[in-house]
Amino acid sequence: MSVPSAAQLGEFGVDPSCSKFVDVPSHSGGSHRWHILERPGMGADAPTILCIHGNPTWSFLWSRLLSEINPAFRVLAPDQLSMGFSDHIGARPYRDRVGDIHDLVTALDIYGPLWIVAQDWGGAIAMGYATSHRAQVAGLILSNTGIAIPADRKAPRLIRISASSGLHRLITRTTSLFVRGTGYLPGSGLTKQQRRALVAPYLAQDRRIGVAGFVADVPFDERHPSSFDLASVAQQLSDLNIPVRLYWGSKDPVFNEDFADDLMSRFSDVEIHRIPRAGHLAVLETSMAPFVESVVRNSAQAISAPSDDDQACETLWARIDSSTRPDILAISDAAAKTSVTFSEFESRVASFAQSLSDQGVKLGDRVAVLVPPSIDLIAVVYACWRVGAITVIADRGLGIKGLGAAVRSARVQHVVGPQQAVTAARVLRWAPRAQKISVASISASRTISSLAQITVPAPTADDLAAVLFTSGATGPAKGVRYTHRQLGAQRDALQKTYDITADDRFVAAFAPFALFGPALGITTGLADMDVTSPSTLTADALNQACQLIDATMVFASPAALANVVRTAGGSLPAVSKSRLVMSAGAPVPLETLQKMQALCPHAELHTPYGMTEILPVADLSLAERTLAGSGRGVCVGHAVDGCELMIAAADTLGDLVPLDVGTTGEVVVCAAWMSSGYDRLWQTQIAARPILNSRTWHRTGDVGHLDVSGNLWIEGRLVHIIHTASGQVTPVPLEISCEAVTGVVRAAAVGIGPRGTQQVVIVVEVDDASEGPAGTLLTQQIRQAVAPQTVASVWLVKKLPVDIRHNSKIDRSALALMMQDKLSGSWR
Amino acid sequence: MKVLVTGAGSLLLGGVAQALVERGDEVICVQRRKLEMTHSMSLTQHAVDIRDREALTAAAEGCDAIIHGAARVGVVGTWEDFRSVNVDGTANVIHAARAHGIARLVYVSTPSVAHSGESIVGATADVAVKGRKGSFYAESKAQAEHMVLAANTDGLGVVSLRPHLVWGPGDTQLVGRIVDRARAGRLVMVGNGHALVDSTYIDNAISAHLAALDAVAPRATCAGRAYVIANGEPRTVTELIEGICQAAGVPFRPKHLALPLARIAGSVVERLWPRLRSDEPPLTRFVAEQLGTAHWFDPRPARDDLAWNPHVTLDEGFTRLRAWFELNR
Repeated sequence: MSVPSAAQLGEFGVDPSCSKFVDVPSHSGGSHRWHILERPGMGADAPTILCIHGNPTWSFLWSRLLSEINPAFRVLAPDQLSMGFSDHIGARPYRDRVGDIHDLVTALDIYGPLWIVAQDWGGAIAMGYATSHRAQVAGLILSNTGIAIPADRKAPRLIRISASSGLHRLITRTTSLFVRGTGYLPGSGLTKQQRRALVAPYLAQDRRIGVAGFVADVPFDERHPSSFDLASVAQQLSDLNIPVRLYWGSKDPVFNEDFADDLMSRFSDVEIHRIPRAGHLAVLETSMAPFVESVVRNSAQAISAPSDDDQACETLWARIDSSTRPDILAISDAAAKTSVTFSEFESRVASFAQSLSDQGVKLGDRVAVLVPPSIDLIAVVYACWRVGAITVIADRGLGIKGLGAAVRSARVQHVVGPQQAVTAARVLRWAPRAQKISVASISASRTISSLAQITVPAPTADDLAAVLFTSGATGPAKGVRYTHRQLGAQRDALQKTYDITADDRFVAAFAPFALFGPALGITTGLADMDVTSPSTLTADALNQACQLIDATMVFASPAALANVVRTAGGSLPAVSKSRLVMSAGAPVPLETLQKMQALCPHAELHTPYGMTEILPVADLSLAERTLAGSGRGVCVGHAVDGCELMIAAADTLGDLVPLDVGTTGEVVVCAAWMSSGYDRLWQTQIAARPILNSRTWHRTGDVGHLDVSGNLWIEGRLVHIIHTASGQVTPVPLEISCEAVTGVVRAAAVGIGPRGTQQVVIVVEVDDASEGPAGTLLTQQIRQAVAPQTVASVWLVKKLPVDIRHNSKIDRSALALMMQDKLSGSWR
Repeated sequence: MKVLVTGAGSLLLGGVAQALVERGDEVICVQRRKLEMTHSMSLTQHAVDIRDREALTAAAEGCDAIIHGAARVGVVGTWEDFRSVNVDGTANVIHAARAHGIARLVYVSTPSVAHSGESIVGATADVAVKGRKGSFYAESKAQAEHMVLAANTDGLGVVSLRPHLVWGPGDTQLVGRIVDRARAGRLVMVGNGHALVDSTYIDNAISAHLAALDAVAPRATCAGRAYVIANGEPRTVTELIEGICQAAGVPFRPKHLALPLARIAGSVVERLWPRLRSDEPPLTRFVAEQLGTAHWFDPRPARDDLAWNPHVTLDEGFTRLRAWFELNR
C-alpha cells in the first residue's frame, strides 16, 4: 500500500480530509512527494505545530494530537521521506533528514509562530533544525527522544540489538519485527487498531528500507558518519534561547529518564512534564493536546512572576546555634527514650553536614531521606540543608509503592537511610544510580561541635531546599518544591499565627511539623507512635511525650487526635498544661475537638487549613468555629496574616477571575510561604500557578466561598463538582444536610453521567451496615434534606472509600464510577 | 392558531388537543373513531383514515400547523399494516402541509427509533436507526422520522419529539399494565431493578408538544431536529414502579427476571404472540431492555431549543396519580 485510502484512514480514526500529498523540491536535488496530515487552524497567523515522528512510525503517531487540539492551531504532520506514505528514496542520513525539514518548511506557507513537536529520532532532527534555523522556531516540544547517549550510559539496549550487524537486516527489514515491536513497548498500551495503523505503511519488505536505514544511522561510535553532525548539534543546544518543553513517558525502555536528564542539562529554558504511566509512544498513548496548548499559550509570559524579594532571610538552621542556651533540650524522642540538647544537636547536624559533604553531597544535589522519624532524621535534613542539598521527603503514608514512585520520579543523586532502607532502595531500583549513604557511615565519622566550622558555602535563600511528596487524592503523588526562603517564611508564618516564643515546647505527633522545631528554635518532643498510622497515638503516649518536655503545645493529625480522645481513660495531667493544640491535614470533627478541649481546658484549639503546597492558608479556633455555626460547607476560618485569599471562577482556564462574596468558586491563595511549585510536572505547574497583578497564585483545587465576615467555607474538591443540567452543585453542603438525617453516619454526594447533564446520587453509610438501594423512608428523608436539589437515587454502603492517611477524604471520583455502573442496570 | 391534530384518540394527543383548545387555539382532530371530549367548543372532528391522502389534505385546509401523532403501535400486525399507517400516513401529512403552505409540523416520534438495547446515560437524541428487523413499529417510526425531518425546508419547519415513558392518570399503556399485573400478583421486574430510568409525567409531555408547536417554524433552531422529552428526573425502575403501585394502592411484590432471559423471552413472545392472540403481549424485547438498562437523557436540548421545562415533578405526578385512583376507585 503506498497511498492510504480514505476508508482506511477513517478506520484508524484519522479524518481523511486531513491527508494530502505535496511535492517539495529537495536540497539534495529533484523533488519528492511528501504525505502530510494537516489541520488548517484559524487565521493566517495561527500558531503552527509541526510534528516530526521518529522511527519506525509515521504521521499517524500524531493522530490524537491532530483530532484533540484546539482548532485554532494549525497542525502539520509529515511522513518523513522513505517513511510512511511519503516517497521512498532509500536510506537517509541524519544531515539530510534535517535538510528535508528545512525543504518542507520552505515549501509550506507558514506564517504563524512555528512550534516543533517531535518524538524519538524525530526529536534529534528537530533539534538539528532548530540549531541551524533559530529565527524560524518559536519553541520545541520533545517527547522521549535524545541527542546523545547520556554520560556513563550505553545506547538503549533495544536499539543496539536492532542495529547489530548480524541482526539488523533481519529485525528491521526482512521481518516486520522492529516495526511491529514498537507498538508493544511498555507503557499504557495502545489499542489493537492503533497498532495496526502504526505498521500499515510498512507491511511490504521494500517499504521498510527507510526504517532499516534509520536504525543503521544511529551512531554507536565516533567513526559513524552521523556522529559528528549529532555531536555538533548537541553542543549548540545551550545557545538556543527558545522554550523547550519535555513530555516524557517514564516507562520507555529506549529513551528512558536518563535521556530526559541529559536534555534537561542542555537547554537554558527547559521544563519537563513526566507521565508515569506512559511509555515510548506517550504522544499517542495519552492526550497530549492540552500540554501543547498550554506550552504555546504560556510561551509569551514568564512561568512564574519574578521574585523581587532579594532580601536575605534567616537560615533554617540559624536557631540551632547553641551558644546562647547550650543545655536547653532540643529534641526528645519518647519512642527511643533519648534526647539531645541544642549543643548536642548542633554538633550532630554539623558532623552530618561535614560527612555528607565529604561523601560528595553538594549544592543542588537531591537526597532521598529514608530515615524513620527520629532525632537522626531531623539532623540529616538540617545537615542536607546546610550543604545546599535538596531533601526529597516522602510521607510514609504513601506506602512502599508510592514511596518508590516518589523517589524514582525525583531523580535523586543520593539515598540516606538506615542500612535496611538503603538496601531496599537498591533492590527495588528506586534510584539505581544514586549513591547510597547509610546513617551509620555519617554518624561514625569525626565529630564537629559547631556549624560555624563547616566550610562548604551555604545555599542562597532561593536555592531549592526540599521536594515534598504527600499522598494525593488520586494518581501518583506529586512532588512539591520549596526553597529555603519559602520554608523560612513558613516557619515565620507558624510562629506568628500561633504566637510561638522561645519559651514554647511542643510535641509533634504529625511528622512534617517535627522538622520545624529546630528552625523555630524550640524544644521538640516526638511521641511514641507508628507514624505510618497516626491513629496509633494513644492518650498515654501523648501524655508521656508532653511530660518529658513539659510541653506548651501539641501538634497532631486529626486521626491521632481522635485516638487520643478515644483512649483517654481519665485526665491527662501533662497534656492539660498545653496552651495550644493544633490539628491539620484533614477536617477535624467538632466532637473530637470538644472532647480534646475537655482534656485540656486552658488550651486554645486551632485547626489550620492548607495543603502540601501552602500551609497555613486559614485558621479557625474552636471558639470561632462555634461562633460561625452552620453554613454552606465546612468553615475553615479567616486567612492567616500575610496570606491572600481569593475565590475565582472555576471554569476558566488560565486567567483568574475573582468572584463576589458568597459566590462559590475555586479557592486561590498567595503567600510568601507558598511552595515554588511542582517537581517535573510542568503542565500541572502551569495550570496550578496563574499570575495576577504580577504575582503568582496557587489554585488549591478546593471549591468554596467567602462569607461577609471573611470566613472561608469549603464545599469540596474542584474535581468533585457535580455538573447538572441546571448548574454546578458542590458536594459538601449536600453531605452536611444528609448527615443531619437520623441514622446517617457519613454521606457522599456524587454526580453520574456526562458533565453538564449529571444526576446527583447520594451514597450513605448507616449504622446497620447494609448495602444496596436505600429504603423508601430514608430515600424520602434524604430527598427532603437536600431539597430543592433533586436526587436520582440514594444508596447504602458499608464503608465509603476514604484515604488511608486521614481516613476522612472521600474518593468521590471512584464512588461516582461505581454508582454509574450500579445504576446502569447491569445484572450482577 | 388553527391546528390539525392527528391521533387524538391516544391519551397524549387527546391531552394535547384539549390543552390547545383550553389556551384558545382552534383545533381540527382527525382520527378513525369519534372522540368524547369535554371541551368541544372549538374542536372539530373529522373521521379520516390517515392513509387517505385526499381526505386528510381536505381536512388540513386553512390550518396553520399540524401535530401528527396518529400511528399504529404494538407488535400485532404485518409490516404492511405498520408501513401503510406510519410511513405512508406521515407522507400524507407532509403532502397536506405542503399543499396548504402550512409552516409548522410537530411529529410525535418515539425513543425506540434510536434504541439499541444498550444503556443510555445522559445522552441526547441520536439519529433514528433504519433497517432493523424485529420491531415493525420501531422500524416504521424510524423511517417516518427520517422522512419527516428531511421534509424540513425554508417553507416548512419540522420538529420531532420522542416522549420517553409517558405515564399519568388514565394511562393504560404503562400505569394500567403495571397496576393490573401487580394486583394479580404477576408483577415481573427485569434485571435487578437498579437501572436508572427517566419518564415523563403526562402533563409535561403535553406541555412539551405545545412548546414545540410554538418553537417550530421555518429556520427555527429546532427545525429539522429530534428531541427526547422526559421529566429529567431519572429514578431506579424499582422506585418508579413502586411509586405507581403505591399511588394505585396495589401491593408491590415483584418477581425478578434476569435481563438476558427477559430479552430472550421478549423476543419469543414477540414472534409467537401475534399468531396466537390479537391483544398486546405482556413482554416484548423492547420493554425488557427499557426496564433492564439505564435510560436517561440530556434535558438541555429540549430546554434550550423548545423553551420547555417540565412543570410537574415526579413526586407531584405520583400525588396526582394517587388522587386520580382514589377518585376512580
